[in-house]
Amino acid sequence: MGAVSATAQPAEPTAKKPTSDRAKSERRLGYMLCAPAVLVMLVVTGYPILYAVYLSLQRFDLRLPDEKEFVGLSNYVEVLTASQWWQDVFNTLLITVASVTLELVLGMVLALVMHRAIFGRGAVRAAILIPYGIVTVVAAFAWRYAFTPDLGFVPGFAGAVSDTYAPLTNQAGSFFVIVLTEVWKTTPFMALLLLAGLALVPDELHEAAKVDGATALQRFFRITLPLIRPAILVALLFRTLDAFRVFDTVFIQTTGGANNTETVSILGYNQLINRLNLGLGSAVSVLIFICVILIAVLFIKGLGASPAQDED
Amino acid sequence: MQETGRQKVLWTIGIVVVILYALIPVIWIASLSVKDPATLAEGGFWPKKFSLENYKGIFDSSDFVYALLNSIGIAMIATLISIFLAALAAYALSRLEFRGKSVILAGSLAIAMFPPISIVGSLFEVWRTLGLFDTWAGLIIPYMTFTLPLAIYTLSAFFREIPWELEQAAQIDGATPFQAFQKVIVPLAAPGVFTAAILVFIFAWNDFLFATVLTSTNSSRTVPAALAFFTGDSQFSDPTGAIAAAAVVVTVPIIIMVLIFQRRIVAGLTAGAVKG
Repeated sequence: MGAVSATAQPAEPTAKKPTSDRAKSERRLGYMLCAPAVLVMLVVTGYPILYAVYLSLQRFDLRLPDEKEFVGLSNYVEVLTASQWWQDVFNTLLITVASVTLELVLGMVLALVMHRAIFGRGAVRAAILIPYGIVTVVAAFAWRYAFTPDLGFVPGFAGAVSDTYAPLTNQAGSFFVIVLTEVWKTTPFMALLLLAGLALVPDELHEAAKVDGATALQRFFRITLPLIRPAILVALLFRTLDAFRVFDTVFIQTTGGANNTETVSILGYNQLINRLNLGLGSAVSVLIFICVILIAVLFIKGLGASPAQDED
Repeated sequence: MQETGRQKVLWTIGIVVVILYALIPVIWIASLSVKDPATLAEGGFWPKKFSLENYKGIFDSSDFVYALLNSIGIAMIATLISIFLAALAAYALSRLEFRGKSVILAGSLAIAMFPPISIVGSLFEVWRTLGLFDTWAGLIIPYMTFTLPLAIYTLSAFFREIPWELEQAAQIDGATPFQAFQKVIVPLAAPGVFTAAILVFIFAWNDFLFATVLTSTNSSRTVPAALAFFTGDSQFSDPTGAIAAAAVVVTVPIIIMVLIFQRRIVAGLTAGAVKG
């Protein structure tokens, strides 16, 4: 975060300005211009999250609206003592860690290749933007159908190994397809962020290291990696939070968490929308919100401790 | 430089691999969509018998046509409002001096990380009370909110590149700060605004969670949500072909945008995150 907000300041602070009328009117204009966006963001996210906290303290089932009453933290106790919640947290973390790790490695390879591009950079860039831009639901259907027996082309290849290849009918296979879909769709985003980071590494450093006899591998680990660490952390932060919220892919591919692939977002959705249990569902919502804050804080600590940050 | 020949070969292989990686699922779903419905279960990557039956089917069904119109209308209106509000804020953040700027930037960054699942239950309940459930506005409001941070960061990054002196010159010539904004900055900022608009549109076009929770009928259900609830022409027909065809229809605009504006999209994506 430090990286993002710190460098987002204007390049040249308009200094030497006493509180003149001009400065005052500039400040007023600043507030006026920011107010609509800030208000919208506050009202549409701030109010609902507070309302979710309120609902999470109630027994509130939309099918039994008359039985609404304050129940304190008992919804939280119910969620946190349910094995389903912990299973879903585990599933979500599994998908998150597996997909973000693979994306980082593949994205780094892709970024390094694009950085050293001799020709055809535009073609590669256009190609990888297609997974980025495609509707997640569409990507999820494409991969689901690809792995569906009789319909898809993958079981045809896998047929040599086993003629009952149907990954979406078991847990491990479902996780495999879900992670594959996530990785396919979001590696390009990772690669583009890393590529932008690579562009900031001065060529002279590599030249100097080459003269000193450093191998390509040494140069990557000793020069490139430390210098693009902020870019990596920002990309990881965004992707981790995004992956932790995984919903669309699971909803489509295992029809909402079959084969024990339910994630926390699916759990929240099922409680809120399918069972119309707004009290319990809101407790799940608030817990997910807290998880996201924890993940963000961990990454921000990581960014703050980044030595490369001191140069900014 | 004796390696150049070998490097060229390696790079060509690299390009082919990356393009195949990106396109195989897209070609696959397109191929699926033009398979004759009766031959779907025969499998295989390419269609054995070409047919436009699936497309005819979805455009004959009011469910899909309405969903497509809802998707287009909602995504476009959300984009327009989001970009307008974000442009005002980004102008202030990149050009004016006032206290609390870093709070606003940090706050909008927090919104960018906000998990939508945490508020869909409340919105579902509040929207039903306010009569916004299953309306265009009911989706436009969350879309514009969740795209504001991306739009503000992207636009601020672009606005900082605009020559400052021109605005001052306009002010010296007697323009008010607002006139300077409207007459000088807006035309210069158009490319950046356009880039941000593409990114916002892609977000709104892509959303599934809000569209599933906050809509219930053809009057506002968008294509991603409609796809998940497709049941086929009759309850006995398999919706696979129809889903594939609908998937292709919503992917075409994205592919066109990506091919035309790839340079801008990349600039916009990375401006907000790394440089910005």
